[in-house]
Amino acid sequence: MPFQTEDLFTLLPELVVLVTACVVLVVDLYLREDQKQTNHTLTVLGLLITLGAIGLVGGSDVTTAFGGTYIRDPMSDLLKGAVVLVTLLTFVYSSNYMRERNLWVGEYHVLILFALLGMLIMISANGFLTLYLGLELLALCLYALVAFDRDSKGGAEAAMKYFVLGALGSGMLLYGISMLYGATGGFDFPGIAEVVGREGADNKILVFGLVFVIIGIAFKFGAVPFHMWAPDVYQGAPMPVVLFLSSAPKVAAFAMAARVLIDALAGLQADWSEILIILSVLSMGVGNVVAIAQSNIKRMLAYSTISHVGFIFLGLLAGNADGYSAAMFYAVVYALMSAGAFGVLVMISQKGLEAENLDDLKGLGERDPWLAAMMAILMFSMAGVPPMVGFIAKLLVLEAVVDLGLVWLAIVAVVFSIVGAFYYLRVVKMIYFDKPEVTTPIVMSGSARLAISANGLAVLLVGMFPAALLSLCEAAFVG
Amino acid sequence: MIALSDYLLLGAVLFSISVAGIFLNRKNVITLLMCIELMLLAVNMNFVAFSHFLGDASGQIFVFFILTVAAAEAAIGLAILVVLFRNRGTINVADLDMLKG
Repeated sequence: MPFQTEDLFTLLPELVVLVTACVVLVVDLYLREDQKQTNHTLTVLGLLITLGAIGLVGGSDVTTAFGGTYIRDPMSDLLKGAVVLVTLLTFVYSSNYMRERNLWVGEYHVLILFALLGMLIMISANGFLTLYLGLELLALCLYALVAFDRDSKGGAEAAMKYFVLGALGSGMLLYGISMLYGATGGFDFPGIAEVVGREGADNKILVFGLVFVIIGIAFKFGAVPFHMWAPDVYQGAPMPVVLFLSSAPKVAAFAMAARVLIDALAGLQADWSEILIILSVLSMGVGNVVAIAQSNIKRMLAYSTISHVGFIFLGLLAGNADGYSAAMFYAVVYALMSAGAFGVLVMISQKGLEAENLDDLKGLGERDPWLAAMMAILMFSMAGVPPMVGFIAKLLVLEAVVDLGLVWLAIVAVVFSIVGAFYYLRVVKMIYFDKPEVTTPIVMSGSARLAISANGLAVLLVGMFPAALLSLCEAAFVG
Repeated sequence: MIALSDYLLLGAVLFSISVAGIFLNRKNVITLLMCIELMLLAVNMNFVAFSHFLGDASGQIFVFFILTVAAAEAAIGLAILVVLFRNRGTINVADLDMLKG
């Protein structure tokens, strides 16, 4: 397999991210303390160029590079766009917060950029080796980011828990990959799909490997019963890191699930659908019910993430193009909602005051009406209230499940999302109907206010006019 | 002649020991790191065995990558351990109970 220069063009977005990360890493050495804002400017510039590069490389065709280990298709274009956009939002939201806590350093930018690079590689992986390397690049950066505030007692503990359980998840995934390798003799997804299509569930080693691979995927998603790390990590990590961790990696995890389950193991669909049903019901149940009992808002949103993962699985387990595109729509929309919700929390957290508890949101409507309106839109959307986009996303996955004849599953999902509506609406009630405990005005930069407005209004507008995003998601799974 | 199933059995036993170690160990975080390392090596055993019996080198190449990633992972794990010890003065697993709810 000779090296071809055209392959590098397919890789353009990844190369831009890599170059940006390296440039920031070097430039940071020569910056004085008061010039650290340059890091931010360079990073944002790099991410905007990356978005352009994704558009430039993208198209409706499918290209593979490096001997078929790397793939670029409509699915990867959309998911990469979503991931880069969410990363951009992370940087814009977190600038004030990190500066006030003396954490606004080059390493923060570099670690997030390398995590982004890992996600882009995961999204475009066309074989287990590429997938694993992208996954580990993402995971290693996230472990370090969780412990980013070195003086925080909770941060170190959260990072240790995340590290151990994340490594356990990777180990499970690898064990599954080794079994699949033994059964198929290769790592590339098309090759595996061919053997799986021929032998199917008759080959017990394949099914054995599949179970471990799904456990690995569930660990990375944070689906019940492999969710133990999520609440602790969310609670212990610095808020902007949680903002990043809860949004973009879910999109990458969706890409991983789609590549492995749909591209490689479609022949075992009957087997993995059943496992996903169990994971999905447990995630929606535990996530929504336990979230009610939380007084810490980061923990509450962690359980909320777990329940949304259950909904993403609902779309995946349908096993047809409609279900896949519904799940993809859900994953992208969830990343946007989660980024917005944590973005609001990051902005409410002022110097010396962390918006850790639900009580800190009390009276936000009086303190900052616009920010409160955005938070209310995001909470309504997560609860699935029309016309926000969360409603459309839930409707699509439920439709896919009902079309399959699994009406009981749809009913279970609806019941749990009604249970879930309680704690989202409780936040809205606190924002508008409770007296504020702190009355200091909320200080934020103009760009952060612009970004959060765009984020909140996007959730509203995409909900009213979902056709554009939906057609992109459907185009990803045609043929 | 050692059969493929013997290697796989050894891999499975090592893997089980490491997973059991992660869940049963309540004493020391360093033991957890050792268990994680053992888990990756158990997987490597599988890969090399399959690679040999399939007559296909790609499994061994995967092992090289796993070894490299494991080294990076150990570095980050130990770095987190140092931060943890500096902040808390203990590396006892049972003492990691600040975050709950």
